[in-house]
Amino acid sequence: MIPELGHFALIVALLVAIVQGVVPMIGAARRDSALMAVAVPAARAQFALVALAFGCLAWSFVTSDFSVQNVAVNSNSHLPLQYRFAATWGSHEGSLLLWALMLGGWGFAVSVFSRNLPQVLRARVLAVMGLVAIGFLLFMLAASDPFLRLVPVPPEGRDLNALLQDPGMVVHPPMLYMGYVGFSVAFAFAIAALIGGKLDASWARWSRPWTTVAWSFLTIGIALGSIWSYYTLGWGGWWFWDPVENASFMPWLAGTALIHSLAVTEKRGAFRSWTVLLAILAFSLSLIGTFLVRSGVLTSVHAFATDPARGTFILGFLAIVIGGSLTLYAFRAGAVGAGGDFAPVSRESMLLGNNILLVIALASVLLGTLYPLFIDALKLGKISVGPPYFDSVFYPLMAPMIFLMGVGPIASWRKARIPDLWTRLRWAAYVAAATGVLAPFAMGRWKPLVALGLLLAAWVAAATASALLQRLRAAPQRGIVAKMRANSPAWYGMLLAHLGVAAFIVGVTLVKGYEVERDVRLDVGQGVEVGGDTYTFRGIVPQAGPNYDALVGTVEVTREGRHVATLKPQKRTYRASGEVMTEASIQSGILGDHYVSLGEPVTAQGTSGAWAVRIYVKPFVDWIWFGCLLMALGGFTAIADRRYRLALRHKFAGVLGAAARGAT
Amino acid sequence: MKARYRRFAWIGLGLAAVGIAVALVLSAFRSNLVFFFTPSQVVAHEVPQSRPFRVGGLVEAGSLRRDPGSLTVHFLVTDTAKTIPVTYTGLLPDLFKEGKGVVAQGRMGPDGAFHATEVLAKHDENYMPPEAKSAIEQAQRGPESMPSLHEAQAR
Repeated sequence: MIPELGHFALIVALLVAIVQGVVPMIGAARRDSALMAVAVPAARAQFALVALAFGCLAWSFVTSDFSVQNVAVNSNSHLPLQYRFAATWGSHEGSLLLWALMLGGWGFAVSVFSRNLPQVLRARVLAVMGLVAIGFLLFMLAASDPFLRLVPVPPEGRDLNALLQDPGMVVHPPMLYMGYVGFSVAFAFAIAALIGGKLDASWARWSRPWTTVAWSFLTIGIALGSIWSYYTLGWGGWWFWDPVENASFMPWLAGTALIHSLAVTEKRGAFRSWTVLLAILAFSLSLIGTFLVRSGVLTSVHAFATDPARGTFILGFLAIVIGGSLTLYAFRAGAVGAGGDFAPVSRESMLLGNNILLVIALASVLLGTLYPLFIDALKLGKISVGPPYFDSVFYPLMAPMIFLMGVGPIASWRKARIPDLWTRLRWAAYVAAATGVLAPFAMGRWKPLVALGLLLAAWVAAATASALLQRLRAAPQRGIVAKMRANSPAWYGMLLAHLGVAAFIVGVTLVKGYEVERDVRLDVGQGVEVGGDTYTFRGIVPQAGPNYDALVGTVEVTREGRHVATLKPQKRTYRASGEVMTEASIQSGILGDHYVSLGEPVTAQGTSGAWAVRIYVKPFVDWIWFGCLLMALGGFTAIADRRYRLALRHKFAGVLGAAARGAT
Repeated sequence: MKARYRRFAWIGLGLAAVGIAVALVLSAFRSNLVFFFTPSQVVAHEVPQSRPFRVGGLVEAGSLRRDPGSLTVHFLVTDTAKTIPVTYTGLLPDLFKEGKGVVAQGRMGPDGAFHATEVLAKHDENYMPPEAKSAIEQAQRGPESMPSLHEAQAR
């Protein structure tokens, strides 16, 4: 019964989405208040229905209802509860339902937090989100029904892919999708503005917090995925430029450009049509990402669908959304108008530079990701574009952008003077240069790329610190707290996010510059020195997990006779599927990680003999994810800004004033 | 007029940035594209001698040999028509098994063996790397049916 209820809820949700997508749009065109008012209840009902459907699927997974095909293929009664729940989005169908749920959730949030929006805009934004929902719900009902029954009912499910049985599976997909789908709000705002032909500073002010929140979630989602692959795949890498990773990184780049461009549109009214284009781009890339990952075009651990009908549907949907919105853009962008003028050296120009670099970086990632697919589709052979391509294109583009990151926040709008900028950034430049020259020595060996990386990181950090100090010193208030309060949360959020970038660069630079990776053969009791520490292999003990049997190795890490860590890497064999998984064991620290993972027994004695062991030393690797966390925190701080709520208060004050006048 | 010149200047700067990016991309492409070849193509000496490439197929059953005392392994990769020896030093991925699909990246050694720097086997036991699968299909259909990029360029 429960699966049928879920299926029925999806059908009703589709009908509601059609109403939500069509009626308010007509209402907005005719300025019919009653029709426009349909948007809010429709968006909420759609969310409730999709949430119900999602709940039904989750229930089927948690109770191991193997009469549902999706459950039978992707779960198992011996699977621990958290993974039975997470298996809800472990399949193609389930992940689409999660997409739809997120979309409904964002629509619901817009319906709640948009009371101060003009009714026409509110109706159009929700209608666009309804139209997007139609696409996804239709796709699910037509080509990927998550509730399909299975006859006869198997006594046991096949099991969730062993790779996905990890805490990462519980948190990474929801966070990533929150971000992906969150760009639908920015997209809806952009489309609504194009239809209405009205795109001004207040439009940017409304659209900005939504974009920032979506971007923050996406940042966290990508970072979680990176952490997960770091400890799970046993390769110790944090980013592989895998097409699936790129699929999530491209919307992030577009989103980063968008939040900066929105800042200019809000403050100066400039870059309007560019901002709209970026909003379309960010969401289109989210959709392309979904297409790449879900259609089976890419073969990786993420691609579980290889049904051509699905690929065709997503491709068609993509063509309608992207083609439609770009056509609308072509016709209406002129109506949106240009903005204020600015000098070649000004905050606008720096932000423009940042946008150009981000978009070019995005294009180079897109090219590297799609090129092999095109070549393959044209039957010109099979090629792969590896990390060296991305490294050699991406880093040179990011270096000037990071330089601008230091200058931009200090430069004034409209026109900035270079001598002023120099005076204000002098100390940051000295600190950066000193760090670049001296800091690599502290790590042991001086390397030019490390010096450059640390110079850029120090530059961003020092310039951010000078921006803060100069603002505080200039504030007329007395006392540090009052001075602090004189600045807006949005500004602190920006500083925090930029510091996050600095931390990120430190991590990337040092891990790339000084990581040590060694594959060694170790007998029981044998030790090996890696990066100044001695790793001694103490043997293997079998251990049973909830649904797997593990071989647990013990590796003792010592430095000059002192105990540093005891690592317990595992080799797991999952009982239901027989899949083998390597679980690395990691000792994390601010200064770096000790990382050990097991290969296989290499002698005839089998598990009791010598093993192949992989030992990594990863200096400062955790700074990478700490940096991402700071960026996301910066985003969340920024939306606490009161000016995003000010309009609401004005309205409220107006009502109060009217009431007061009425009383006298 | 001034604003207009300025706009031209911006467009010029933008184009310059795009130009630099294109140059970067092209040079990176030239040196970092990795082509894929089948064991039959390797045997027929169609592979580059100077740069790394990928080769894929099935690990021939019973062919895996370990050097005693080190992590070096030797195995044979076949596309069911031709077979080539592969040497690799390091940890093999979890799903590396005899009789299963594999893709290796590396270059030809002077000993006539393929020296792999990377061995890829994906995380699904029923899953066959697409390159390995196409290598086998190609071998079974005959070498002429599907031109590789390499051949396309040579023409």
